[in-house]
Amino acid sequence: MPADTTAPDAPPDPGTSAQGRVPRSPDLAGVEAGLDALQTQPAPARRGRAALSRLWPPVLAATVLLVVWQAVVWSGVQPLWNLPGPRQVADAVTSAAADGTLWEALSTSLERGVLGFLAAVAIGTPLGVVVARVRWVRVTFGPIVTGLQVLPSVAWVPAGIIWFGLSDATVYFVILMGAVPSIVNGIVAGVDQVPPLLRRVGQVLGAGRVAMVTEVVLPAALPGYLAGLKQGWAFSWRSLMAAEIIAVGGSIGFGLGAFLQQGRELADMSLVLTAILLILAVGIAVELLVFAPLERAVLRRRGLQAETAS
Amino acid sequence: MTSAPAGTTTTGTTGTTTAPAPVATPARRPAVRLRGVAKEFVPGAPVLDGVDLDIAPGELVCLLGASGCGKSTLLNVVAGLERATAGSVESRPAALMFQEAALFPWLTAGRNVELALRLRGVPRSERRERARELLSLVRLDGAADKRAHELSGGMRQRVALARALAQERDVLLMDEPFAALDAITRDLLHDELERIWRTTGRTVLFVTHNVREAVRLGQRVVLLSSRPGRVVREWRVADEDAERLPGQITDHLREEISRHAR
Repeated sequence: MPADTTAPDAPPDPGTSAQGRVPRSPDLAGVEAGLDALQTQPAPARRGRAALSRLWPPVLAATVLLVVWQAVVWSGVQPLWNLPGPRQVADAVTSAAADGTLWEALSTSLERGVLGFLAAVAIGTPLGVVVARVRWVRVTFGPIVTGLQVLPSVAWVPAGIIWFGLSDATVYFVILMGAVPSIVNGIVAGVDQVPPLLRRVGQVLGAGRVAMVTEVVLPAALPGYLAGLKQGWAFSWRSLMAAEIIAVGGSIGFGLGAFLQQGRELADMSLVLTAILLILAVGIAVELLVFAPLERAVLRRRGLQAETAS
Repeated sequence: MTSAPAGTTTTGTTGTTTAPAPVATPARRPAVRLRGVAKEFVPGAPVLDGVDLDIAPGELVCLLGASGCGKSTLLNVVAGLERATAGSVESRPAALMFQEAALFPWLTAGRNVELALRLRGVPRSERRERARELLSLVRLDGAADKRAHELSGGMRQRVALARALAQERDVLLMDEPFAALDAITRDLLHDELERIWRTTGRTVLFVTHNVREAVRLGQRVVLLSSRPGRVVREWRVADEDAERLPGQITDHLREEISRHAR
């Protein structure tokens, strides 16, 4: 038996070695390495093709919808001014793009939406941690925050106008009231779902109150937090549109909501549909370009990514 | 922490004490000393009652008992996660391992070990190197950048062991750490744990409900009764007939269990 695999400092204690406790197998390391190799499989090569296979189904669905839309228009159930076809809407989009109103509305709304959302994140994140971790805050304010999430944020528009007039402050106020509760609830849900065992490990490893939050609870709650952020963004965007449709004029600039409202006032259905499509497009783009990759990355790192059947 | 750095002083199982006492103490102080330890979560329904147990420094003791005998509770009490309702608990600083590896899934294996070092106050510059050493000690040299879900159950448990060792605590408490593993892996990890126990000189209290595992690993096997948990009997493995010991312990264990049959 090669001597180098036995522990060099194994004490020659008759009380313990009498049991034949010297490593019996001369090549424990080899057996172990073999077992490790057998029990782990290399990650399957993916990407590229997988991304493509994810892309075509929604594209196909959109195409089908377009065809159905066109078919309904062709059937003539509604006059063209009441139900414009894809062609008319496309024309409206290009002309709005040409005269600049589209870009103005888009950039105004996007800027507000993003700024408002970031402010909501800055406020909602610490608030969420406090609600999740401090018992009495949770007991007292938790139900109210949950309730606020159910309240449609349009309901805050009149209040905002009375308090802040027709200004950007109203818009941001409505966004915050819509998005902050979602973000808070996301964190709380994420923290609640942290497996108790992980907290105990943190405790065993000697994490104090602060380290427990920063090193264990928050990282563990990240998937829930991300879901909250995603919902928070959706609420920000919706609240913003509600505010922009209702509160037009004053010092409030020209956003997508105002664009939509203008279409209504002009009874121009193509303009209305253009605005709706733009609002939808922004929502989809943010989801696809920001949240979906973020979520995928987090889940994949943790081995939580469900393998999507291609 | 006041304990001597266990990683540098390999004391083995006999001879010198690890206690930093300048004067040679005639009888070495136990690493863990329990006297009349009781624990009840619901008043009137003790989980543990009058547990007396001494564990010498560097000893490997297996705590054996049926389900519901309070083995895990006892470990938590020793680890300081729960307070005993009565009795005295003295223990050197202890690290604790669970049946599940419970690695932090957002960190790589190496980072998991590093986090334990960081929470212990090891400076940043040393952490990486130290973590690699510890992973190499559990024979996971190439696995530092792997995440928990990329490792097998046995490998995860070894990372957890490395993480527990990173705490540099004299006592290592293990709560059925191999119970969820397949037999081949478990068998290997027995050898592995024994080797590491010898190299590091840690005091190990190993909880299991598996008689053969207890006899295989322990220098001493301590049988705990159920509801309430109390030390019923113990065997010094070296003094016994290795062939007959598992059967003998099993008989006692079954006897304990059948007392609850009415």
